[in-house]
Amino acid sequence: MSIEKHINCHGGCHGKCCLRVRHLTVRLEDDLILDDVGFHLHCGELIALIGPNGAGKSSLFKSILGIMPYQGSITFESAEHGKQKPRIGYVPQNPGFDSGDPVSVLDLFVASTTNYPAFLPIPAAIRNRVLESLRRVNGEGLIDRRVGSLSGGEMQRVLLAMALEPVPNLLILDEPMSGVDMEGEQQLLELLDRIREQYDLSILISTHDFQTLNRVDKVILLQKKILAAGDAKDVLRSDAFRLLFGAGAEKGGETE
Amino acid sequence: MNLWYALVDLLPFEWAEPGRMLFMKNALLAILVISPLFGLLSTMVVEKKMSFFSDALGHSAFTGIAAGTLAGFADPSWCAVALAICFALLFTWVRDRTNLASDTIIGVFSSTAVALGIFLSTIGGRSFTKFNTLLVGDILSVTPGKIGLLAVILLLVVLLWLGSINQLTLSAIHPALARSRGVRLWQQEALFNCAVAVVVTLTMTWVGLLVINSLLILPGAAARNVSGNLRQYTSISLLTAVFAGIAGLMVSYYIGASAGASITLILAICFAGTFCVRNRAAS
Repeated sequence: MSIEKHINCHGGCHGKCCLRVRHLTVRLEDDLILDDVGFHLHCGELIALIGPNGAGKSSLFKSILGIMPYQGSITFESAEHGKQKPRIGYVPQNPGFDSGDPVSVLDLFVASTTNYPAFLPIPAAIRNRVLESLRRVNGEGLIDRRVGSLSGGEMQRVLLAMALEPVPNLLILDEPMSGVDMEGEQQLLELLDRIREQYDLSILISTHDFQTLNRVDKVILLQKKILAAGDAKDVLRSDAFRLLFGAGAEKGGETE
Repeated sequence: MNLWYALVDLLPFEWAEPGRMLFMKNALLAILVISPLFGLLSTMVVEKKMSFFSDALGHSAFTGIAAGTLAGFADPSWCAVALAICFALLFTWVRDRTNLASDTIIGVFSSTAVALGIFLSTIGGRSFTKFNTLLVGDILSVTPGKIGLLAVILLLVVLLWLGSINQLTLSAIHPALARSRGVRLWQQEALFNCAVAVVVTLTMTWVGLLVINSLLILPGAAARNVSGNLRQYTSISLLTAVFAGIAGLMVSYYIGASAGASITLILAICFAGTFCVRNRAAS
């Protein structure tokens, strides 16, 4: 079942720039992980993927990132550049750094976004650039903290800042709300809104937190296939949703 | 070398007198090359949680020397280097293709290597005793030619660090993030493992198989206790290694114990020290 319906997109890109996923099938040895999944994501749009654990959300992300083999097609088109390889910013799931890792936020930034060897003294110019990036997520104060000492919400903001360096066409966040408290969640959602206004990019997130769904443009319920897609209200009221999560689940987060 | 001898002659030690105890001066220079090698590699061995793996590599190096001796090579260490590299690559490959825990696979490789080494060295009823020097090591037997070779290796490792430290660090702390940033995990891992293999094999004769792994773990472990970023981590690990190297050599000279063991014990004391510092800071 694929969703071919186009939604009017923000920012005047006339529905032309989008990520198109068509007939995506992923097999891991003999297991079918994703079965004929298809959807469109327009520029400026925020789509949330929901589904139980093992539904294939992470596999879908990995396929889009090009680090997992798949059948079907994933293409990216934009009004300005035509067909192109999209720049993807990726915020991975639950980083879980060791609390003892002798790596600071600055180190992590330098190691992932520059070619400068992070074990040498870091020039002021690079440090300032990192500060600039962190400012986007209100995280300047985190620059010298060890990555293992950050709270879940702080870590997500740092990873988000890294994913925005350089500003991508497509931003993918895998379970950004897991391990993040209520306050951190609100901050993160506000940040995502602001980023969508500021930059010309689309966002794809996966989440177990159904209360945040009223802030997204479209929800896709995934369980190997796409079981339902559309407005949050419709998906949360669908039979497929009730079957998977039980009645009333949409009022709170999924209990795991 | 003459420049080095002239330099050491200026030191106010008994063994530093001009024209005397060249082996001691060679050993000191060798320590100054070997210890930063281990100091650098140690940071990533610890960060990548490969302590047990480097131990297994030491065993495979021993196997290589046994095989080289059996084949009749005058200098079996090249045979050992080749075998250790094969071992490192095979290990990286097998771990990539199985769902067994990494320590299980290391155990499989390590025990196979050491059994093969003993098997080869005792084949035909020969005595194992001539390999005893490998187990304990003798830094005083190092020659200027070998020191030159080690200096080249040090240069190569520094180049590897300059080119790959970012990828190595990322893949150690978060493989998925590293992959999404275009890091080729397998390639990085294989390259680093080969570097460890070469260094362990070439220094085993002087440091000793039984304690070589401690040099790969203790400097990094000691530094990790008190480091808040990569620069502190690397520099403290380097300093610890070099300090323990020199101090260990001196202790072994004046007391007459094995240099490798003395260095290791001093490293252990350094670890205990940084451990206490960390705990005091935490409380």
